[in-house]
Amino acid sequence: MITKVMMPKLSDAMETGKVIQWLKKEGEPVKGGDVIAEIETDKANVELEAFGSGVLRKILVQPGGQVPVGELIGIIADPSDDVSGLATAPVAANLGVSSAPAPSAPLVAVPDHETYRSVPATRTVVPATRAVAVAAAPVPVAGRVKASPLARKVAGQAGVDLRLIQGSGPGGRIVRRDVEAAATAPRMAPPPVPPARPAASVPARAAFVVPPRPEAEYDDVALSPIRTAIAKRMPLAKAPIPHFYVTADVAMDRAWALRAELNALEGQPKVSVNDLIIKACALALLKNPGVNASFQGQGIRVHHRAHIGVAVALDEGLITPVLRDCDVKPLGQIAVESRDLAERARGGKLRVPEMTGATFSISNLGMFDVDEFSAIINPPEGAILAVGSVVEKPVVENGEVRIGRRVKLTLSCDHRVMDGAMGARFLQDVKRLLQEPLRLLA
Amino acid sequence: MAGNKFDVVVVGTGPGGYVAAIRCAQLGLTVAAVEDDRPGGVCLNWGCIPTKALLRNAEVVGLLERAAEFGITVTGWQADYAQAIQRSRRVADRMAKGVEFLFRKNKITLFHGTGSLAGRGTVAVTGKDGDQTLEAGAIILGTGSEPKSLPGVVIDETRIISSNGAVRNEVKPASLIIIGAGAVGMEFADVYRAYGVEVTVLEALPRVLPVEDEEVSAQIARIFTRRGIAVKTGVKVRAVVSDKEGVSVEVEAEGKVERLRADQALMAVGRAARTKGLGLEALRVDMERGFVKVSPTMETSVRGIYAIGDMAGNQLLAHKAMAEGVVAAEAIAGRSPRPVDYGNVPSCTYCRPQVASIGLTEARARASGQEVAVGRFPFAANGKAVALGETDGFLKVVADNKSGEILGVHIVGPEATELIHEFVLGRTLEATLEELIHTIHAHPTLSEAALEATLAALGQAIHM
Repeated sequence: MITKVMMPKLSDAMETGKVIQWLKKEGEPVKGGDVIAEIETDKANVELEAFGSGVLRKILVQPGGQVPVGELIGIIADPSDDVSGLATAPVAANLGVSSAPAPSAPLVAVPDHETYRSVPATRTVVPATRAVAVAAAPVPVAGRVKASPLARKVAGQAGVDLRLIQGSGPGGRIVRRDVEAAATAPRMAPPPVPPARPAASVPARAAFVVPPRPEAEYDDVALSPIRTAIAKRMPLAKAPIPHFYVTADVAMDRAWALRAELNALEGQPKVSVNDLIIKACALALLKNPGVNASFQGQGIRVHHRAHIGVAVALDEGLITPVLRDCDVKPLGQIAVESRDLAERARGGKLRVPEMTGATFSISNLGMFDVDEFSAIINPPEGAILAVGSVVEKPVVENGEVRIGRRVKLTLSCDHRVMDGAMGARFLQDVKRLLQEPLRLLA
Repeated sequence: MAGNKFDVVVVGTGPGGYVAAIRCAQLGLTVAAVEDDRPGGVCLNWGCIPTKALLRNAEVVGLLERAAEFGITVTGWQADYAQAIQRSRRVADRMAKGVEFLFRKNKITLFHGTGSLAGRGTVAVTGKDGDQTLEAGAIILGTGSEPKSLPGVVIDETRIISSNGAVRNEVKPASLIIIGAGAVGMEFADVYRAYGVEVTVLEALPRVLPVEDEEVSAQIARIFTRRGIAVKTGVKVRAVVSDKEGVSVEVEAEGKVERLRADQALMAVGRAARTKGLGLEALRVDMERGFVKVSPTMETSVRGIYAIGDMAGNQLLAHKAMAEGVVAAEAIAGRSPRPVDYGNVPSCTYCRPQVASIGLTEARARASGQEVAVGRFPFAANGKAVALGETDGFLKVVADNKSGEILGVHIVGPEATELIHEFVLGRTLEATLEELIHTIHAHPTLSEAALEATLAALGQAIHM
């Protein structure tokens, strides 16, 4: 049987996709469900699974090649199948930044005639994802994975690796309930990931080194797909949405102490300040559904689930994976899942459903030592919370000065959806929950 | 086996009990079965099987009436109702003998009499052959169910009858009021109407076959009405009174009270577990809403005592009882059986056209919050159905849009009760719409409607 491998459409907005790398070589056997390649879309890097089994007979788009959605990028077939008719059609791989099919080098070849250096924006992505891919490369399963068709489909949608599941059906067959159990169970400790590139996450402590002056007068940097998406969307967010902002100063002493206490417990997932804020927002959203709402042109959609987008900074741009149902998930689960999402976002390992459907977002620049900032709403959400650093500062209480921990929270609101008072009430509830943090455990 | 000592004693030999007994024997256990009627229970003797024979008669009558459509002139034919009943009795007898044969083949000792629990490992049998006490390692109870009535209405089986009377009475009434439009009510309505009886069907809920998909109910109501059956839904029966000439049924609908007259009334308002006199109370066997409470391996709250079939609740269906019988037998034999999947038990009504379904109705699927895809295919567009001259009805597939999971399938039409199994199997194997559409269906067959409705759910129907 011949299975055509097409460039998948992974989001509504996706028009083209780029092959980052092939994880199978030509001539290598492939089973349905195997991850055969990594694809870069406008939002993230995702893994491409094989739909059919056989041998990866032909790779038609080399790493770096960018093609429209639906284009043939490879062929899986039995060794005996004649694929010459399909395989001879060369595929245009020249829509974006990169062109040269250079099978041996994952990097895009630099055309000779250019006088300046065109830096592919994915430069740092490729090795990083490959490192992750190697680290996470599962032990090859002996034989084929026995799973029902529905289990396969649900696993694909939930991002569950069938090779890691024990089936409960006849003869160990994996059925839907096994996948669902695996998807809802708190993830096992995420696979060891080589420390992320330090540049993004280490604040000012490191030695301050000015890099040597490059020879070129300037570099023209091609837009990465993610940057293209941000460039295209942000004006559509900032300009048409009438933003207004509400800021509050929140005492974090008790939340800080609670977090220290939780993290001292053995065998418990480590909880971050951001996790506490996620939980507080989720509960406050449920109490203030007017903030958990989207402008829909003719009306307002009020959400009754708190699906919270958590902004993660990548070198090549910002990505906001979604943590679903934060209102009902216990804090520990939020901690585990948010860390897993962030790590997989950095590794380009997010699945499509993990990137859509947020009803509210949180952007935290606390690790960069900022007092406060305001964020741009991510439509169709109605609000976003910007979180500054938790700082020690003198606070006046009952006429006395003492040292307290404070954080500044700034809520950006869509005025078409809500008014100032509604945003303020929400923020008041977030503040109260953080100042009475045991409520987050209730 | 020494005397009256057995590994397993099965009380009741309906479809649950006899299957459990045979499975136990297959697994190497010594088995006794206790039966106060003929082996096979209500199903073989007074329910499923004889009514299917009667419905076949109704079908033949229906075909004769339509002979001209096929260019066949038939004159002077007569349909004798008494002979229809007699034929159905012969069919039932043959099936009951079949069970007796299977018992002999599997060396199952059959005790005629009424069984009851005399202790945790003891069954007392009272009957014509004298009283006996059987010692059992494990006991499987499968005493079934019996027709329910409405409060204050006594079933005398002459004027006010139940299905028990209807399958026995060789004299048909001139007019009949059927109370309850579930499977039993609708099947008897079909049979009696085919033999010229004036039939009125009353249903308290807003539609006939209330557990089926709404479109199915609407279609069947239309077809029955077309055939001259008076269908009244959303009516409350206030009183049923019999006298020398017949019965009066007082009904209330939308505040209006009406009095209906007929020769007979047939109570088809459901069935209740038959547990009286079994000795459950003395052993403190837990009950739940009139049924015996069981574990996933069919064990009751008392260790070593199992209950299967109608008395154990869930769907009151023979095939469910058989599946439970196998589970109980395997559990007793020390295997770890897969529990019955009550969400995947097909429901079948054998009126014309037949009705069959599996899984969720469209309304329930939508209420569950899933994004639902629905595909329908009318038998009028199916070549085989047109050739048969059986074009009434449709096949409807309800699926989860995201995963392609088959959530429910609803069929009205020729051989619906056979067609459903493609989907029951599909659901057992967790096939999705994809697998179904890649399954080649022979042409021309009624089963092509299954393929087409599945394609329709994906927006790809060819023949529509």
